[in-house]
Amino acid sequence: MNLAPRQTRPGEVRGDHKVVASLVPEGARVLDIGSEDGALLDLLARERHIDGRGIELSQAGVNRCVARGLSVIQGDADKDLSDYPDQAFDVVILSQTLQATREPKEVMSELLRIGKRVIVSIPNFAHWRNRMQLLFRGRMPVTKYLPYQWYDTPNIHFCSLRDFVELCHELDAEVVKAVALSAHGNEIPVNAPWWVWNIVAEQAVFLLHR
Amino acid sequence: MSADTPSLETSEDVKANEAITPSSMLAHFPADEPLELDSGVKLGPWQIAYETYGELNADKSNAIVICHALTGDQYVASTNPVTGKPGWWELMVGPGKPVDTDHYFVICANVLGGCLGTTGPATVNPQTGVPYGLDLPVITIRDMVRAQARLVDHLGIDTLFAVMGGSMGGMQVLQWAVSYPERVFAAVPIAAAARHTSQNIAFHEVGRQAIMADPNWRQGTYIQEGVRPTKGLAVARMAAHVTYMSDESLHQKFGRNLQDRDNLTFGFDADFQIESYLRHQGMTFVDRFDANSYLYVTRAMDYFDLADQFDGALPQAFAGTNTRFCVMSFTSDWLFPTSESRQVVKALNAAAANVSFVEIESDRGHDSFLLDVPEMFETIRGFLTGAARARGVPAPGGEA
Repeated sequence: MNLAPRQTRPGEVRGDHKVVASLVPEGARVLDIGSEDGALLDLLARERHIDGRGIELSQAGVNRCVARGLSVIQGDADKDLSDYPDQAFDVVILSQTLQATREPKEVMSELLRIGKRVIVSIPNFAHWRNRMQLLFRGRMPVTKYLPYQWYDTPNIHFCSLRDFVELCHELDAEVVKAVALSAHGNEIPVNAPWWVWNIVAEQAVFLLHR
Repeated sequence: MSADTPSLETSEDVKANEAITPSSMLAHFPADEPLELDSGVKLGPWQIAYETYGELNADKSNAIVICHALTGDQYVASTNPVTGKPGWWELMVGPGKPVDTDHYFVICANVLGGCLGTTGPATVNPQTGVPYGLDLPVITIRDMVRAQARLVDHLGIDTLFAVMGGSMGGMQVLQWAVSYPERVFAAVPIAAAARHTSQNIAFHEVGRQAIMADPNWRQGTYIQEGVRPTKGLAVARMAAHVTYMSDESLHQKFGRNLQDRDNLTFGFDADFQIESYLRHQGMTFVDRFDANSYLYVTRAMDYFDLADQFDGALPQAFAGTNTRFCVMSFTSDWLFPTSESRQVVKALNAAAANVSFVEIESDRGHDSFLLDVPEMFETIRGFLTGAARARGVPAPGGEA
């Protein structure tokens, strides 16, 4: 269900995964939503020794994950999070998936219910390249990082970083940490105000808590 | 009947001997070590026949119990002495196989109520000196698992690395994980369910009525009367066999093809290949299985409802479990459909359990778990290797 295009060669760790891993405590009980082929769970198992579970939308992805020894089930972030008890996990991770959910606010609220801490990574629709395309070409933005046309995109609920932070406020979630990233997942090592990140960051990772 | 099938008398003798003095290993429990059954009866003396494969390691951490299905047996990866056929899961279990006996110690026991050496209706009742027949108390899935747990105690093993099985075997797996959560590190219920559905009970009832309608059944006393309800048992098997396959697989395998003839005979011979196939399935089945066992074991499946043991709340069954689960279903299985597996997964999630769930694309129906389905093997291999890593058991491939 992870919708960001692959930017890594086999064996290479994705930049946003590195950032996520740095936010996960050693030995934590983790639920990774949108496990894709299990790369993040595998990384967290190796480097953070987590007790990890995953949910993945595509059955083929699930089967690949289980065959590599990861605990993953087929499921849908919009429908299946209600099965889990309150505060069941130390960390719940939603990578590059929120914009593809039907009810992002409901999903966020479920994440904050089942996880003591929540890590969400999202693409920033307000990145300057997107702004330029809309402003000068008058067309919906299509970039290397968000390669879909408006009619075939699975991303139905885009937001900017500022929109997301606003949603967190509405849900009484505290942003413990936020990391702005380039399209390649490299950390932007600048301490800048939000409005700057909202222009230069192509994606961001948030650590939340309620 | 094909030429390699033993004649009825011979196979009948072998079957009778195997039911009482099996050629596999045997744990015998005297009258003062009875098995307490769900029916309230204390069954004793009793015995459990089993096979093992591979070596138990020094810290006894590599044992896997495999639970067999309705008409299965302990010969999971070795020749069945009654049929002379290879083990029923040799694709799955053996050296280098997904359940790699170069690394794991595999135990498979004949179920309680069965007919290959574990106490069942063909066992001689010490009170009367004749086979139990219907005097054997009704057995449940939980009773079968209790018996296996006693065997595992007998073998000196505390915690099992894994319990796995398909269909009724999967029911036992779930019961193992619920009855003895601390003794089951990993559980693999395949093509199974937490309860037997109304439709499944219905099919079983058809089979049982077929057996009971056979005049040779004689209220279950056929052994001492020297007859066999073969016709009834064969019909029961034929009806059940249909439920193990999918419409698509029947269509692909047989279609409307005629059996050794060019035209319909306008009679009731086996005109169609599917009829001939089912008749053959029925006839060969009676050579290896006991009719009363069929009644008892199908009844055990019918009675199975895991949630019922917890006032109807399935998640309660798994509360606090540390077992790692790998639930597996097949797309074309309409007897134990994916929706039933999903109920199990939902309950496991509600208990925040460690669970994997894999639905495998197969057009071969419920029987898929016994067949050559590479994606199933790959999944099981991966899951067991991951579990072995988590438990610190040396896994195939040298990882620990």
